Formats: sequence, C-alpha cells, structure tokens
Amino acid sequence: MRDQKLWTWHLAAGAIILFLLGLHMAIMHLDALLGIFNPAGGHPIDWANVVARGQSLAFTVTYILLLGAALFHGLYGLRNILFELDPAPPLKKALSWVLILVGVGLFIFGTWAAWVGHQVASLT
Amino acid sequence: MSNGNLPEQIVFRIRRFAPGRDKEPVWKEYPIAYEAGMTILDGLWKVKETIDPTLAWRASCRMGVCGSCGMLINGKAGLGCNTQIAELGTAVVTVAPLANFPIVRDLVPDLRPLFDAHTALSPYILRADTAEQEEPTREYYQSAEQMEAYLQFSYCIKCACCMAACPTCATDPVYSGPVALAQAHRYNTDTRDDGFEVRKEVLAGEVGPWRCHFAGECSRVCPKGVDPAKAIQLMKRQLVADALGLRKKPPLAQPVEKPEGIERRPGIPEAPPPTV
Repeated sequence: MRDQKLWTWHLAAGAIILFLLGLHMAIMHLDALLGIFNPAGGHPIDWANVVARGQSLAFTVTYILLLGAALFHGLYGLRNILFELDPAPPLKKALSWVLILVGVGLFIFGTWAAWVGHQVASLT
Repeated sequence: MSNGNLPEQIVFRIRRFAPGRDKEPVWKEYPIAYEAGMTILDGLWKVKETIDPTLAWRASCRMGVCGSCGMLINGKAGLGCNTQIAELGTAVVTVAPLANFPIVRDLVPDLRPLFDAHTALSPYILRADTAEQEEPTREYYQSAEQMEAYLQFSYCIKCACCMAACPTCATDPVYSGPVALAQAHRYNTDTRDDGFEVRKEVLAGEVGPWRCHFAGECSRVCPKGVDPAKAIQLMKRQLVADALGLRKKPPLAQPVEKPEGIERRPGIPEAPPPTV
C-alpha cells in the first residue's frame, strides 16, 4: 500500500515541479512577454523585482510548494536508488528515516526562509 | 550440406558449474559437427551424446511451448529449442545459464524465486461465485475487445528469459520481476476476474512494479512475443489511478445461457463433455 501511494505522490510532485519550473523559466526568460511579474522593469532578477514578487503571498506559496515537491521528488528518487543497492532491512529503515528527517528539516528551514522573506519584502 | 557462411564445425563454449563440487564456474569448449537446421538444444544433445555425458540442462517439449530450456545464448536470453545456430551467425556459440538465478548445475537455473513471486500474486481467476467455477453450468461472457486487452500476456510460458534480461532483477531481490507482474496484470485485466483488490495487497508494496525502470529488455528477449514491460507500465497506471480513486472498475463478466434457437452449422461437432 505504502509504495503505491509514495509512487503516486512522486508522480504528482513531478507534475508540480514541471508546472512551477515552467513558470519560473517563463518569468526569468520571457520577461518581455510576462512583464506583469517584473513590475519594476529591467531584468527579472533585479532587486526591485525580487522584492515585488516576494511581497506576493501567491508567489511565496509557490516557493514553498516547489520546495516541498522538489524535496519529496528528489529524496524519494534517491531512496529508490539506494534501495536498489539491496541494503539489509534495518539499513533500509534507517535510510528512510534519515531521508525523512533531512527532507522535513530542509522543508521547515526553506518554509521559514520564504515566509520571513515575504514579511521583509512586505515591509519594504 | 549447405550451411551458408557457417563452417562445418561449431564450437559450443559452455559455462559449467556444479555447486558443492566446483569453486567457481568454468568455460569449456566442445567442437561439434554442424548440421543444417540444428538448434542450440540439438547442439547440446550432440555434446552430451558424443563428448561429455555429464553436461546438464533442462528441456522438455523441444517446440517453444514448455519454457524449460531458457538459457543465455551468445549473451542473450532465449530458448535453446527455438534458436537456430544458423541465425546466430557465429562459429563459436556461447551458452550459459539464465542470469539472476541461483544455479542448480551447469545450464540449470533454480527458478524458485520466479515461481514464489508468481504464486504470491494469485495468477488465476478470482471471483466470488466459486460454485459456478467448480461446477460450471454456463460460460462467462467476454467480448473480443475485452479478451484482446489481456490476450498477449496470456502467451507467457514462464521461461524466465525476461527475468534474466531484467536489470532490476539483477540488483534487487525484492522485485517480483516481469513474469509475475505481467501475469498479475493479465488477470487484473481479465473481465472474468474480480481479484484486483487481493493482488493489490501485494502489488502496492515493495515487491510491486515500482522499481521497474522500463529498460524494455524483458520484452526484447521474450521468445513468445509478449510485452511484459508494457504490462508493468499499464499496471502502474492502474495502481496510480486506484490510489487517486480514479480507477474505473470494469463490469464483471457474468455467466450467460447458451443462446436458443440457433442452428449449429453443418459439420461442426459438439464440444466434448467436461472432463473436470
């Protein structure tokens, strides 16, 4: 049951990454067409544009969503690769826990950073 | 005798190993006279009859039906009985036991891992009306399209060539392998079967189709033209749809009465009475 659900989430995370990375690429490289995301004008990574996007709650949510999807997708994929090395069952369990802790830790840290960034940008 | 480009003599290079007696496998060469139409199996018999009677392999039907004589022929898994030496085009033919299995002796692999995985996935029709199945009174109706969905997977002869070619089987002893998974899909797709939930208990876990990398080697080597790689991908789709609550359960085939008022065409005999 567990692997069926994990695999389904893996696919779902892949689809989310595809959409959000597509959005990222579009904002970064199609700025001439999508000027709406670069209100300050100039280059998309100019500080003023970064702040403007940081002020947006929707953008902050997409950052957190992308972080979660990328962490799950990447770490689950890494787990599959490691499991194909045929570790002993206790080592499998330990590996799973290490990856869960790494993933949750990075997600909490990234979410905190994104949220603080949003608040700081909102004060600007 | 016309052998095309083949010489009069073929050298069989065979991997020999007797666990308990030998420390490690050794390669031995056996030159034999080539005859037109000779298969790998014929060559092995010739070696056994004329050079080394201790050579061991497994074979039965000699016509690509029983699936007993799977072996690595020039590095590719295939059946000894339906592989012509002429089609290989080499004067030295390398024969080894199927990879990814323990060796019983010489070219005889121990196929228990395959049959254990196969058995665990209930490869037979599962449905509630057991009385009708044990004492059939009618036939389950199935359209040609419904049969087409699983037909090719039912051609599997469990020769294990796909398991020997599978890169995941080579590294992951937990993975069920293409035989068991394709057969689970074959029954999950059969409209007479109602055992999806039972098989899902096993398939949804670690032994299921999740580790398949879709290398496609299983389909490439299958001597019966079955496409296990396709079955595994379709099974993944089915299980993901199930996890998302999107799987459409097809209507279960029901027993139907023999149609009345239909004249049998002349010359077509009645079906024989059931023997079981």
